[in-house]
Amino acid sequence: MEIDPFIFRLSIFILSIFIGYYVVWSVTPSLHTPLMSVTNAISSVIIVGAIIAGLAGNSESIFNASSIFGFLAISLAAINIFGGFLVTQRMLQMYKKKKKDK
Amino acid sequence: MSANLSAIFYLISGILFILALRGLSSPETSRQGNLFGILGMIIAITVTFLSIGSFSSGFIYVLIFLLVGGLVGAFIAYKIPMTAMPELVAGFHSLVGLAAVFVAISAFLNPEAFNLGSAGNIKLGSLIEMSVGAVIGAITFSGSIIAFLKLQGIMSGSPITFRGQHLLNALILISIIVLTYLLCSTQSSNLFWILLAVSFLIGFLLIIPIGGADMPVVISMLNSYSGWAAAGIGFTLENSALIITGALVGSSGAILSYIMCKGMNRSFFNVILGGFGATEQSSTQNKEQRPVKSGNAEDAAFLMKNASSVIIVPGYGMAVAQAQHALREMVDTLKKNDIKVSYAIHPVAGRMPGHMNVLLAEANVPYDEVFELEEINNDFANTDVAFVIGANDVTNPVAKTDPQSPIYGMPVLDVEKCKSVLFVKRSLSPGYAGIDNELFYRDNTLMLFSDAKKMTEDITKNL
Repeated sequence: MEIDPFIFRLSIFILSIFIGYYVVWSVTPSLHTPLMSVTNAISSVIIVGAIIAGLAGNSESIFNASSIFGFLAISLAAINIFGGFLVTQRMLQMYKKKKKDK
Repeated sequence: MSANLSAIFYLISGILFILALRGLSSPETSRQGNLFGILGMIIAITVTFLSIGSFSSGFIYVLIFLLVGGLVGAFIAYKIPMTAMPELVAGFHSLVGLAAVFVAISAFLNPEAFNLGSAGNIKLGSLIEMSVGAVIGAITFSGSIIAFLKLQGIMSGSPITFRGQHLLNALILISIIVLTYLLCSTQSSNLFWILLAVSFLIGFLLIIPIGGADMPVVISMLNSYSGWAAAGIGFTLENSALIITGALVGSSGAILSYIMCKGMNRSFFNVILGGFGATEQSSTQNKEQRPVKSGNAEDAAFLMKNASSVIIVPGYGMAVAQAQHALREMVDTLKKNDIKVSYAIHPVAGRMPGHMNVLLAEANVPYDEVFELEEINNDFANTDVAFVIGANDVTNPVAKTDPQSPIYGMPVLDVEKCKSVLFVKRSLSPGYAGIDNELFYRDNTLMLFSDAKKMTEDITKNL
């Protein structure tokens, strides 16, 4: 009997939860806020679905109900991607060690 | 690009996202981690374009929407003050949720584009995955909007409760399951819209009873939801980058919620069911006025000048008063007088995980002077002065002594073990938990009634 491809996706999913579990426990508490903003940014990889939806319209009708939702989702996800990574970068730049010369 | 090749690239971008989180284990590696995350995102987006291949005229619109969103995001990221991070993160969560809902709607309206069957005859598995993604996305969206409004102060931070609230929520949750079942058996688009509407409603209802100081849990929880929503959509699209990311974000948010709950010694359900802080606390306690010692900036400066070690305990009040820079200046002056200064951060100080750390980092406080509760709690006994600025409940010794207290069992910072305690606070009003802080009335406590920023500046002048 053949294995349903869904099972493989489920395996990826479950294993990733375990990876997430161990990786996140090793995040230092002082970086929990950047952790939230960067997880925010990466979960916006949902933009790949939005792009597929946006490009699904044919040349006669670029805008149909489905592709419009796709385009809107692209913008929303893009706000998150740019906003999330940049604000994380901005925060991480501020974390500095004690200056040696003091 | 073949489907297999793009699947491999999606896997690579998933791995880069894992490395992005891994980098956050220390501040030195974190910046590099963030770059891994950006790289992963670029790969995922590029591969998506290449896998579609046919660059129809829709392509230009995709770029336009991408750029518009990107510019808005970049603008926000550069303009936002660090004190507003909790609101920002809540706002971002709502966008992820809404994007998940929109992608689910597109897939429902045009399943051919995603290889899911045809409209009205979508593959059962895909329809279930899509519904799950859409429901969680909708809950994330409306829940985050409420969290945002509460954090922003547009909506009152106090819990909103009414009779039959839990019953109503339970009924709505059951109806979501029933609707999903009916949707899958009938493929009716009307049911799909109703399902979305009900999910938006429950997200709203779930968050309104939760009070302002429980926001660290709420934000972490919504963080987790946004991950599960993404994973649901990832299953629909059969995209491993999305599935991996969704699982990572989902477990990350769940762990943060757990840490926050533990920081308050409350169960997750206790927080979620809400209403904490709105209970009948006011009727308790004998309302006699107990004497407190209050002082001014000169007294505080005198105490600190004669100390050899000081521990600073910041709380949400510091964020509200934007006092972090003034605080840092005060500490600089103390250090010039050879006084040892460190900072103690309670896990739930502020309105989101790590809130205080970011604010101190913004004020150029080196992160190796900032300690977590377990690391520093034993040091209070050997310290001369504890300077509590904008924190309250997290220092209340009642949590250790009085089993009747609502915060009994919560881990607290042992500031009372210091030789003297300075409390910067605007008034004697009780903290979020609605209980009096025993510390205010101790002999070794000096209350400094003032705005946190102004008081810190005045102390610096007197040092």
